[in-house]
Amino acid sequence: MARLQLRNLEKDYGSFRAVHGINLDVEDGEFMVLVGPSGCAKSTTLRMIAGLERVTGGEIRIGGELVNDKTPGDRGISMVFQNYALYPHMKVRKNLSFSMRLKRRPGAEIEQATNHVAGLLEIDPLLDRLPKQLSGGQAQRVAVGRALIKKPQVFLFDEPLSNLDAKLRASMRVRITDLHKRLKAENQQATVIYVTHDQTEAMTMGDRICVMRDGRIMQVADPVTLYSRPANTFVAGFIGSPEMNFLDGTFEGEESIRAADQTISLGGDFARRLSGEPSGEVTLGIRPQHLRIAAAEAPGTLKGKLTHIEFMGHEVYLYVDIGPKRLIAVVPSASYDRSALRDDWVWLSADPKGVHLFDRQSGENISLAL
Amino acid sequence: MTDHILSQNSPAARDIDVIRIREMRRYRLNAVLRYALLGGVGLLMLYPLIWLVGASFKTNSEIFSNPGFWPENPTLDGYIKGWKTSTPYSFGTFFLNTLWIVIPKVIGTAISCTAVAYGFARFEFPGKKVLFAALIATLLLPNVVTRIPQYLIFRDLGWLDSYLPLWVPSALAGDAFFVFMLVQFLRAIPRDMEEAARVDGASTIQTLIFIVVPLLMPALISVCLFQFMWTMNDFLGPLIYISSVDKYPISLALKLSIDTTEAFEWNRVLAMSVLSLAPALAVFFLAQKYFIDGISSGGIKG
Repeated sequence: MARLQLRNLEKDYGSFRAVHGINLDVEDGEFMVLVGPSGCAKSTTLRMIAGLERVTGGEIRIGGELVNDKTPGDRGISMVFQNYALYPHMKVRKNLSFSMRLKRRPGAEIEQATNHVAGLLEIDPLLDRLPKQLSGGQAQRVAVGRALIKKPQVFLFDEPLSNLDAKLRASMRVRITDLHKRLKAENQQATVIYVTHDQTEAMTMGDRICVMRDGRIMQVADPVTLYSRPANTFVAGFIGSPEMNFLDGTFEGEESIRAADQTISLGGDFARRLSGEPSGEVTLGIRPQHLRIAAAEAPGTLKGKLTHIEFMGHEVYLYVDIGPKRLIAVVPSASYDRSALRDDWVWLSADPKGVHLFDRQSGENISLAL
Repeated sequence: MTDHILSQNSPAARDIDVIRIREMRRYRLNAVLRYALLGGVGLLMLYPLIWLVGASFKTNSEIFSNPGFWPENPTLDGYIKGWKTSTPYSFGTFFLNTLWIVIPKVIGTAISCTAVAYGFARFEFPGKKVLFAALIATLLLPNVVTRIPQYLIFRDLGWLDSYLPLWVPSALAGDAFFVFMLVQFLRAIPRDMEEAARVDGASTIQTLIFIVVPLLMPALISVCLFQFMWTMNDFLGPLIYISSVDKYPISLALKLSIDTTEAFEWNRVLAMSVLSLAPALAVFFLAQKYFIDGISSGGIKG
C-alpha cells in the first residue's frame, strides 16, 4: 500500500548539489531511519518527501503514485518537526484536530478521533492546554498525535527527539517504536521515515537504516548488518561507540598486515574472507570491543603504550598509543584485571572475526565475503 | 555588659554599620533625585496637555488673563457651544466622519499589509528583490514629493471630495512602513508552524488566515493603532481632498471654528480639541500591552 520509492532523487540549491540522485525503497510498514552527520542532506531528503522542498530531479512515489507535484496535504504523509511546530494560539485539542477541521469532517468524528489519539499517547489531561503550558516531552507527544490523527500512509519524523533531555529521549524512543508496532497490529500499516543524527536512535529504532553522507547514500541495511558489516570506512566510523579504530597498512603475506611498523596477524582463514585480491594498500578497521589487550608479548600482536584508562562503570576504555596512532580498546569491567597500568607497555591482538579491511583508495570494505 | 563587651571587641562591626547606613542614605538620596528629575521632566512635557484640559473649562477672557491651568470659574460653555459649532452640523457629525474615514482605512491597511508582507516574507517570486527595494524606496520618499502627482491622479479619477483618496491607497498596502514592519516581524517567526499547517492540508490562504495572522497579532495590533492615531491626526490629507463641510473630519472641523468666527472662541476650540484627543488616548491605553509587544517585536517563542 504505502511503499515509498525514491528514484534518482536530486536537489540543487543554485549551483550547489545537495542531493546526488539517491535511490531508496522503503517497504510498507517499515521503520526506516535516515542517519548521517549534519549537512548530509537527510533533512532535505525528508522535506522533499514531505513536499516542503521542491524536487530538482528524479521521482518520489508513495504507494506507487508519483507525488512530485502534489501539495504536502495531498501526499498522504504527516510530519513531526524537530521543534514540535505546534500552533501556539490553539489548545492541544485544536492542534490535534486542525487537519480534520480543514477537511470539514463532522464534529462527532473529530471529537472521537481526537480522544482516540489522546488516549493512545496519554495526553488526555492536556487537551485544554495551550502549547506554552506543556513540557518538552508533552509537546512532543502532542506533535506525534497531530501526525497520527491524519492516519497517513507515511510518517515523517525530522529529528523529533533532539530537543529533549537524555532520559526523556530514551523513553520517547521506546514510545515511538511501540506506537509503530501498535499501529501495525491495528492493521493501520504506517511506513516511517525517521531522520536523526544520533546513531543510538538509529540503531535502536530502525528496521533498516540508511546512512547518508554529502547527499549520497553510503549504506542501507538493518542495524546488525550495519554494525557487523559496514560497507565502507564512513559507515564503519559513524556507527558504533567509541568509534572504530583505523590503521593504515599493507599486506604481508596472506595472514598478516604491516601497520605502524609492526606486524599484526589476522589468522589463517582471513584471506578467504576477502572479496578480491587485496591491492596492498589497505585500512584495517577494528572495533574497540574486538581488541584484546595483554600484558605479555606474543607474536603477531601490536605493541603500544597504555596512556589513559577510563572506567565507565560496566566497561573500561583503554587508550593505547602505537607510534603516533591512538587506538581505543573496550573491555568489560569484570574481565579487566588491572595487570596493565598507565604508562605500561601492552600488546594488542584482534579477534579476526571482528577485523575489517578497507581498500585505502575507495574506502570500500573488501573483507565482507565469507 | 554583653553589649558593652561586644561593641568594644568589634570595632569592625560598628564600621560596617556606619557604612551601611551611609550607603542607605546615599541610595535614598539618589532615588529622590532620580524621581524628582523624572517627575519634573514628565510634568514639563505634559504641562501643555494639562493646561489644555484646564483651559477648556475657562471662559474666553480668563484663558488669556490667567496663566495657571486651574480655572477660577469653571464652565462647560466651551463644550456646549463648541459641540454645536458655527456650521449647520454638530461636532458629532465630524466625529462620525472621522470614524468613517478611520475604520475602513485601518481595516484595509491591516488586510492589505498582511497579505503583501506575507508574500515578501515567505515566497520566492521573480523580481522580489527589486519590488522590495521599491517598497523601501517609497518609505524613504518624503510625502510632500508625491502630493501633487497623487492629487492629479485622484482628480482625473473623479475622486475629489470623497473619502476614496484616503481609503484606497491604504487598502492597497500603500503604507510601506507597515508592510516593512510586518515583514520584519514575520521573518522572526519560524516557518515550521506554517509548514506543519501545509502538511496538515492547509492551502496558502488557509495558512495565512489560521496560522500566520494569529502569530502576527501583536504586530497587527500595533499597525492598526499607528494607523488609527495617524489618521485621526491627519490634517493635510482631508484638507487637500475634502471640500464639503458635511464630510469634514475632526481635524478640519477644529480649523473651521478658527476660520469662521471673527473673534476666536478659544475655549470652544480647546474643548473640542480635548474631545478629539479622547478616542486616540482611550484606544492607546486599551491596547497598550499589545502595542509594546508589537514594536519590541521579533520576540515570539517557538
